[in-house]
Amino acid sequence: MKIRLLKDKVIGTGMLTFSILSVSMVLLIGIGLYWRSLPILQNYSVWELISADTWRPLKGSFGFFPFIMGTLWVTGMSIVIAIPLCLLTAIYLSEYAPTRFKSIFLPMINMLAGIPPVIYGVWGVFFVVPIVQRYIAPFFVDFSTGFTVLAGSVVLAVMIFPLIVSIVVEVLQTIPKELREASLSLGATKWETIKKVILRKAMPGIIAAVVLAVSRAFGETIAVLMVCGNVPISPKSIFDPAYPLPALLANNFGEMMSVPLYDAALMFSALLLFVIILIFNVISRMILQKISIRNA
Amino acid sequence: MRRRKIEEFIFKGLMIASTVVVGLSLFLIIGTVVVKGLPYLNWDMLTKTPDGGYYFGRSGGVLNAIIGSVYIAGGATVLGMIISLPVSIYLNIYLKKENRFARLAKLSFDVLFGIPSIVYGAFAFSLMVYLGVRASLLGGVIAVTLLVIPIMVRTLDEVIIQVPKELKEAVLSLGTTRWEMAKIYFRQIRAGLLTAVLLAFGRGVGDVAAVMFTAGFSDNIPTSLNEPAATLPLAIFFQLSSPIPEVQGRAYASALILSIFILIIVTLSTLLTNKRRKNS
Amino acid sequence: MTQTPHISVKDLNVQIGDNHLLKNININIPDKCITSIIGPSGCGKTTLLKSLNRLLDDIPDVQISGSVLVDGEDIYGPKTEVTHIRKKMGLLAQRPFPLPMSIYDNIAYGPRIHGIRGKTELNRLVEHYLKAVGLWEEVKHRLHGPASALSIGQQQRLCLARGLAVEPEIILGDESTSALDPISTKTIEDLLIKLKENYTIVLVTHILRQARRVSDYIIFVYMGQIIEFGPTEEVLLNPKEELTKDYVKGFIS
Repeated sequence: MKIRLLKDKVIGTGMLTFSILSVSMVLLIGIGLYWRSLPILQNYSVWELISADTWRPLKGSFGFFPFIMGTLWVTGMSIVIAIPLCLLTAIYLSEYAPTRFKSIFLPMINMLAGIPPVIYGVWGVFFVVPIVQRYIAPFFVDFSTGFTVLAGSVVLAVMIFPLIVSIVVEVLQTIPKELREASLSLGATKWETIKKVILRKAMPGIIAAVVLAVSRAFGETIAVLMVCGNVPISPKSIFDPAYPLPALLANNFGEMMSVPLYDAALMFSALLLFVIILIFNVISRMILQKISIRNA
Repeated sequence: MRRRKIEEFIFKGLMIASTVVVGLSLFLIIGTVVVKGLPYLNWDMLTKTPDGGYYFGRSGGVLNAIIGSVYIAGGATVLGMIISLPVSIYLNIYLKKENRFARLAKLSFDVLFGIPSIVYGAFAFSLMVYLGVRASLLGGVIAVTLLVIPIMVRTLDEVIIQVPKELKEAVLSLGTTRWEMAKIYFRQIRAGLLTAVLLAFGRGVGDVAAVMFTAGFSDNIPTSLNEPAATLPLAIFFQLSSPIPEVQGRAYASALILSIFILIIVTLSTLLTNKRRKNS
Repeated sequence: MTQTPHISVKDLNVQIGDNHLLKNININIPDKCITSIIGPSGCGKTTLLKSLNRLLDDIPDVQISGSVLVDGEDIYGPKTEVTHIRKKMGLLAQRPFPLPMSIYDNIAYGPRIHGIRGKTELNRLVEHYLKAVGLWEEVKHRLHGPASALSIGQQQRLCLARGLAVEPEIILGDESTSALDPISTKTIEDLLIKLKENYTIVLVTHILRQARRVSDYIIFVYMGQIIEFGPTEEVLLNPKEELTKDYVKGFIS
């Protein structure tokens, strides 16, 4: 009897240690990245780094503003493209589509959710960039290589389609049918029921899906690196090239050691990504909690 | 009444249009990879490592990258499982749901789940510098392990939640310890474990950003943990940036190989999930 | 039958896939009375109830034939506007399903959909119908709080008030008290008896005592067919059919 209890205790303690270790990963990552970016933080203030406009590491000017703007433009646009399309698709699949269509379409979507970003990048280079260059950009600007914010956000949007659609469909399907019936029996049309009752009830789930999608798009590296053009100037329109933070980090890794402070500057960009994601996740969680209480 | 009808009609049209756009764009991706990759796909691609002039269009294949990806993703999946399984058993079975630490843990795993893989790559790289490890197979495995732990914990959470609560009460009321109880749970979630493994493995095979700094790149198949290792996604990226059409074509062929690989993994895990749902 | 029928069902057949759920249903449901549909579980009670306001429409592979006349108009007719039919009938489900919004908005939801926008008018409606179900005093201080914070019994009364607020002529209840405690059940039953002065009420129930307490007429359904229909006392105490006798005695369940 004693041995059983002892075993329970010992194993429990072991597992607790593992848990504490992995939970403290968030902290460890923060500290690790901070420690590696210390050299640059000792030379410049955080505000200087994120607000300065020039990126000339060889001359000692480290302005992250263009990269931050690049990330915001590309992520923002991709979300603007993806959300309406995905919501409408998810509503169609869950509420209107014939069962047979749904039973083919949904597994395919789930399957595509597993396709790695590099494949989306390959498609972007082959398909999206030339289309932007030849057929879309000429209507708006004199010259474009096609490697633009637009190309990047289209690729990212398509990449997060399967993610958002599959989560939102799942959320919509957990809503009890009686709630639909309650609204329908009051004489509401199906669309009114969806708009005023179903979407409201599903709002926490939808927000969670969007948060996940934003995080994914925000940190995506290889796909945006391949199609955004990587010019360290803040984009002024969707037909300008952009240089998002993750691409900066990935592109310059090779030469990182040779230039003083360069290494620390790149680690600082990782720290920036980390902090922004952290804040974003915490804030959205707080909003989520508020909404779930209100909409229960 | 008319206005209400028209509104519904318009939105239904928009929904169908969106579904077509979403379906079509995803179809285009697979289409592009298949159409561009198939002509360059041959047996050599799968069975040979790059020869001397491979990157100038001479013979060879991407076996080095395929093996490298499997090694890294496989190692990370095993390590990840060794860490995630006890963690999720502890959090879900040992601790009560409203336990403070369990809630904190849930929050941090959610955050970890959202952290971009490039950040894991950068962090793993700092860790390697600290420990004196060079860019190598080992480095890649460390980085990808960090990346897959939150994925595995999340999947295992979902699996464990599906075990009926009554089981826990019934077993505990027999006077079992929590560890004996965990063993019983373990039997219930075996199929779910495999789903978590496949999911993590698929993610590990497909990821670039985490291995970019940490695994290095090599034309040879690594024979020890200290040697640099190539990965398939990185090989695709490098070949696609080549100006030589032959090499670019091979990038598409490599993309096709990677896609097929992933589709097999995803299909397996979907089948498993469906089976599990039917059983429960 | 002395009263004029409010709903008359003619040759109604409902099939879902290969499953023949309702077979040749013919029934006249009297006006301003409570009619209970009883029968063993899975016999088609709820299907019959839902066919009355076309809630079966969205089920995949459903086939419906025959007609249901409400005030002489066939609700399955080609020109019939389904939202119009549903507005005529309030539904009280098995468990309360408050809409995900405040108490006030729950009541105002229906009237708003049907075009009432004025604030004073909505205020009046909300107060009126909350009073009609005896909920006003309990909730008047938290009208804008979430409806989900109410007790289950209060929620069910809220759902009843929500249904009444679109001014239906008919109330359909689908085992509406099965999730409630005895006291809330009594409250709902008393309300229904009071409401039958102005509404035609059709209830599905599997509790014979409840059917006896509240209803004027009883329909006994078995295996998708109507076995017997008549005034409550007659069906329960003096059933004509063998099957009804067995059910009432508790042989079939």
